[in-house]
Amino acid sequence: MSAYDGLPGDWQLVVGLEVHVELATQTKLFSASPNRFGDEPNTNIDPVTLGLPGALPVLNEEAVELAMRVGAALNCTIQPCTFHRKNYFYPDMPKAFQISQYDQPLNIDGYLDLPNGVRVGVERAHMEEDAGKSTHIGGAGGRSHGATASLIDLNRAGVPLVEIVSRPDIHSADDARAYVNELRAILLAIGASDAKMEEGSMRVDANVSVHKPGTPLGTRCEIKNVNSVRSVGRAIEYEARRQIDLIESGDTVRQQTRHWDEGDGRTHTLRTKEDADDYRYFLEPDLVPLAPSAEWIARVVAALPMLPAARRTRLAEATGQPADSDAVTSVVERGQDDYVLAVAAGGGNAARALVYVKEAFADSPAVPAADLAGLTLLEVGGALTATQAKAVLAELVANGGGDAAAIAAAKGFEAMDTFALEGFVDEAIAADPDAWAKFCAGDGKAMGALVGLVMKASRGKADGKLVAQLLNQKKG
Amino acid sequence: MSADSNDPGTPTASAVAAAVRAGTTTAALVVEQHLAAIAARESEIHAFNLVLAEQARDHAAQIDAAVAAGNDPGPLAGVTIALKDNMCTRGVPTTCSSKILDGWKPPYNATVVDVLRDAGAIIVGKTNLDEFAMGSSTENSAFGPTRNPHDTSRVPGGSSGGSAAAVAAGFAQVALGSDTGGSIRQPAALCGVVGVKPTYGYVSRYGLIAFASSLDQIGPFTSSVEDAALMLDVIGGHDPMDSTSIPQPHPSLTEAIQHGVEGLRVGRITDLPEGADPDVQERLEAAFDALRAAGATIVDVQVPAFTFGLTAYYLIAPAEASSNLARYDGVRYGMRVEAADTNAMYGATRAAGFGDEVKRRIMLGTYALSAGYYDAYYGKALKVRRLIHDDFERAYQHADVLLTPTSPTVAFKFGDKGDNPFAMYLCDTYTIPTNLAGHPAMSVPFGTGAEGLPVGVQILAGTLQEPVMFRAAAALEREANK
Amino acid sequence: MSERISAAVVAKVARLARLDVTPDEIDRMTSQLDGMLGHFADVDALDLSDVIPMTQPFPLVNVFRADIVRPCLDRDEVLAAAPAAEAACFRVPPTGGES
Repeated sequence: MSAYDGLPGDWQLVVGLEVHVELATQTKLFSASPNRFGDEPNTNIDPVTLGLPGALPVLNEEAVELAMRVGAALNCTIQPCTFHRKNYFYPDMPKAFQISQYDQPLNIDGYLDLPNGVRVGVERAHMEEDAGKSTHIGGAGGRSHGATASLIDLNRAGVPLVEIVSRPDIHSADDARAYVNELRAILLAIGASDAKMEEGSMRVDANVSVHKPGTPLGTRCEIKNVNSVRSVGRAIEYEARRQIDLIESGDTVRQQTRHWDEGDGRTHTLRTKEDADDYRYFLEPDLVPLAPSAEWIARVVAALPMLPAARRTRLAEATGQPADSDAVTSVVERGQDDYVLAVAAGGGNAARALVYVKEAFADSPAVPAADLAGLTLLEVGGALTATQAKAVLAELVANGGGDAAAIAAAKGFEAMDTFALEGFVDEAIAADPDAWAKFCAGDGKAMGALVGLVMKASRGKADGKLVAQLLNQKKG
Repeated sequence: MSADSNDPGTPTASAVAAAVRAGTTTAALVVEQHLAAIAARESEIHAFNLVLAEQARDHAAQIDAAVAAGNDPGPLAGVTIALKDNMCTRGVPTTCSSKILDGWKPPYNATVVDVLRDAGAIIVGKTNLDEFAMGSSTENSAFGPTRNPHDTSRVPGGSSGGSAAAVAAGFAQVALGSDTGGSIRQPAALCGVVGVKPTYGYVSRYGLIAFASSLDQIGPFTSSVEDAALMLDVIGGHDPMDSTSIPQPHPSLTEAIQHGVEGLRVGRITDLPEGADPDVQERLEAAFDALRAAGATIVDVQVPAFTFGLTAYYLIAPAEASSNLARYDGVRYGMRVEAADTNAMYGATRAAGFGDEVKRRIMLGTYALSAGYYDAYYGKALKVRRLIHDDFERAYQHADVLLTPTSPTVAFKFGDKGDNPFAMYLCDTYTIPTNLAGHPAMSVPFGTGAEGLPVGVQILAGTLQEPVMFRAAAALEREANK
Repeated sequence: MSERISAAVVAKVARLARLDVTPDEIDRMTSQLDGMLGHFADVDALDLSDVIPMTQPFPLVNVFRADIVRPCLDRDEVLAAAPAAEAACFRVPPTGGES
């Protein structure tokens, strides 16, 4: 457990993240009205969504499939489970209870590996229904404080959620951000959710505490209203310092829920509710237990696509670049790794392909893999310089493909054979004996003059790296 | 026209339906007969929160038109039915006899309502009940009590008092009620009609306004066992809208009652809690004799945990109710008392909208579930429930059905239970355990007791043993009518 | 279950259940609930240590519905039944403190 860079002294940060994810089903968790974002208020409603007297829940099979997929992708044990009622009053909670999972959740004991190798435990990933939305009117900034009324839209009520609870294995704001990003990438890869924080289909709450090594864990505060990956980092950093300041000034951290305000960059207490958290959990009598068969579980696990971590490893092995390098992570994130591998499979050079793809394509490369393969071979074979290859690449991109060799020829890029190159080098040495003498004496800058002469004589076709190589060889 | 099952003039529902379908009578005529009965005595009895005269006439006209056109209007064509006012009827006020839902019109039908309409049954009204089905006398209705047609100074029982009275007074051919701890069987006994609580999951609960979700079941009130069998054959069955609905189809009860009780083992529970009045005990003994005479064998069984049913029930049912009734918060439907903030609005709305018994049970249930008390109350009650269930299962290894009193007394006078809620709870001593076990049970009228008031005898059976339960009921009915 | 219930607990439970109660009602409810809990003490005599709680009357598992959209309720009909509505939403007084 390394100290967090930026926290004073030997203070350490302990963070657990609770992430709520809306599942990408057609209908709600317990009823058949649409699960859709952005529709006119209160148009996706039915007796169950409204909590009408007499309405009863029936479990959406697809939601279970997707929830199991999330558990499998996070290396969880998928187990028989039950649903409980979590009882509390709030206007966007139509039944005045939420159907959730309590002591027997669907997925337990998993983990998520960050790109930097840190393993974050996943305690559980359980199913529950979402609440509706409240808009506060009449107050300042849409906050509930000072509002004159609230307007309730129940479109979102009943949408299927998976709540993913990490263990407190995160010890830096960077890792917290990395966790959220990686989780998002996994969710997209498995098709479980569109995980858009800006639309609320992925919501992050952070549990933050601080302590010094060898001492018990500190009191934690829960931070809510963190609406972007950037906010995750900022909120955690702020909260850690707030707690440290409190403790160092002799005060104590009180366990509470705090609200992150992105505008002023601080967390604030929510007014504490009296008798706040006696949810009086009991088994939901209107539902029956969920016990996915071994066959179903096996099917879900087998159908998992390759996940981002494995993709990064695979691409790293193919290209010789580190798995957490910018090139590998970006290309995998953009879903371009299959393409790079296709280029390699077609005989091309994976390392060069990686570079080309990262630089030239924002998303799906619109150049046939075989064409790109040809270009990589020209470059690694020495027929083209890096600069020349870039120019050919630009043309391939512009034309949606083409024959790299033909394009190079059309541009006048020729293969410069080593004999000719050596000739230019010898001429340059002869033309500037002073530079040669200085270079031989160890003056690296003198090489530049010689390389320049070679470039001039070859009209730019010489490969600077090869020229340097030859000069060094001749120096002895 | 009274629907006394001892009166051979009372036609059965199947006879009515057959006549309507054959054209030998019209649905319109049947409806008018019942509306006339209502007009004659409803002001005295107050079985209904709402009489649906125009809708009934309209529906009757549709049925008759279908018959005239040669179309099949369904197995219950022209059968008039009264529905307990805790079953959602689209566009028609459904109040649970509570101020908090006064005037609320559901935007959907309960499944049983759709099933009945499709079968050609004609809804004549929504009947009175103890508020939110909590009570044993219908005195807890926010709209005034219902009176027992046999003696209007006495209660009809509860919570489905209105439905029981409606059948007893001939206001409708049949009625539906709901039974959570005896709310069909006990009023059936007090009103001298047949009342059935089927196996939990037999009839869909979708659209039944919930009291206690793991205990509630819908069932029929009728003037004959045959009608009850027909009703359950129609309304029973799987509903995909109810997750607790039993998936497999049910055998015909109409067919089952053709068979007698030779060799049937009828259990007498020797450790049954005491408390039944002597007149009720006498009728129970006569019932044992009657079944013996019909060929059954009487065996002694024990159900040791039976006596703990009241305790388990009055922790489990209020706990579930406290959660089920939390939705009555003034936000989306029903009564609202405006206030400065939502918590104040909830508190004022629910205080004004709920009656005393409902509040009492919400409090008890909230307490039983609350942090620090769950294990001692709700958690413990769930274990007692297991004991009761298992004791019954053991008894059913030695007996096919069990026989007990339904109610400890005949119909009692209004106000008889005074200010003591627990005195009222004792009315359900014999009915509660079957709800906890999830088993079926029914009350069959079997003569009269004190003051000539009806006495019912309760037949209990194991899970999905309705056929054998109905066989015993039919035999008892035959003996009672001799 | 031999402990009984106090007026302070009754008041707390009433708040949890969002039921406004007058002091008289608290007193009345306290004595009634206390009496009931006294009756319920009969189960204290039972040995329940090895008993599995019974939550389901009929043992079913894995009841599902297909993920297919079905017609929704008419919003106007629903909002017409609401105590207060505005801008196609249910309108309530301020929630007073939570966000």
